[in-house]
Amino acid sequence: MNDILKSVEAPVNQDIPELAPGDSVSVHVKIKEGNRERIQEFKGIVLYTHNNDGNSSTFTVRRVASNGVGVERTFLTRSPRIAKVVVERHASVRRGRLYFLRTLTGKAARLKQKY
Amino acid sequence: MFKGLIGKKIGMTQIFDENGAAVPVTLIEAGPCYVTQVRTPDKDGYTAVQLGYEEVKPKRLSGGELGHLKRNNVPPLRFLREFRSKDPQVQEGDTVQLAEMFSVDDHVDIVGTSKGRGFQGGVKRYHFRGGPKTHGQSDRLRAPGSRGSGTTPGRVFKGARGPGHMGDDRVTSQNLKVALVDGERNLIGVRGAVPGPRGGLVILKEARKQ
Repeated sequence: MNDILKSVEAPVNQDIPELAPGDSVSVHVKIKEGNRERIQEFKGIVLYTHNNDGNSSTFTVRRVASNGVGVERTFLTRSPRIAKVVVERHASVRRGRLYFLRTLTGKAARLKQKY
Repeated sequence: MFKGLIGKKIGMTQIFDENGAAVPVTLIEAGPCYVTQVRTPDKDGYTAVQLGYEEVKPKRLSGGELGHLKRNNVPPLRFLREFRSKDPQVQEGDTVQLAEMFSVDDHVDIVGTSKGRGFQGGVKRYHFRGGPKTHGQSDRLRAPGSRGSGTTPGRVFKGARGPGHMGDDRVTSQNLKVALVDGERNLIGVRGAVPGPRGGLVILKEARKQ
């Protein structure tokens, strides 16, 4: 990418470690309610990371909410709205994009932990 | 006051605004420009400002161009463009800077030359619908259809839309919001897309519809 384009990008958030598909993460999102700002956590498994260069890089986290409804949320990695990301567990996966998790539920949707 | 600049499109990216929302922006390197001539009603019959942009070696210009610039002690410049202005308030030989003209949240019109597409059919050029895909059709999928009536008038009206050369036109994008201004590097970021390729010449003006 052009150097001038790079120069206007947001700084890298040091509280976001390198993310890989299969990681169990907790994303701390800043939410503004009126004048107050609070932190909301979004916990789930990283399905994939996209475009890992510059302001437009994103990652997608899948979480299974109540009643077994899957919720997928895509975050902009450099967004100032993300306070930090905590990786709770790495999993050994053989794919770059874990779309197969969408059709699996319960015990079948577990991933093997990577040590 | 006169507002206008000549610049070069750098490219597109995203930036984050104060609320943390991602904004698509086009970066433009604008100016510094020199006022190479001021047109006056007495002399020229109208008021306008002629700006010059991008210094070049003197040997790149013709003698006439060099003489025109030398009159106002302006360095050799590659591009000269005229801007209509009712009340210029600038002198010949002045330099004009980005920072003193546009600031964040202003609106600008940007003129560029769109990317050339070559000879294109009606479907791409004018969004013709083309013909049916099925029911025994063999070669009608992107056909232009009829160009007009029959024996009367017996000809195709001028300006009828059809296949032809597309792109490489002067295009104006109106009312683009300024998202970023860096006076030191003469860098301006506007929300949305701007006509032309990266590195293409663009003209910035005050938005006329604000």
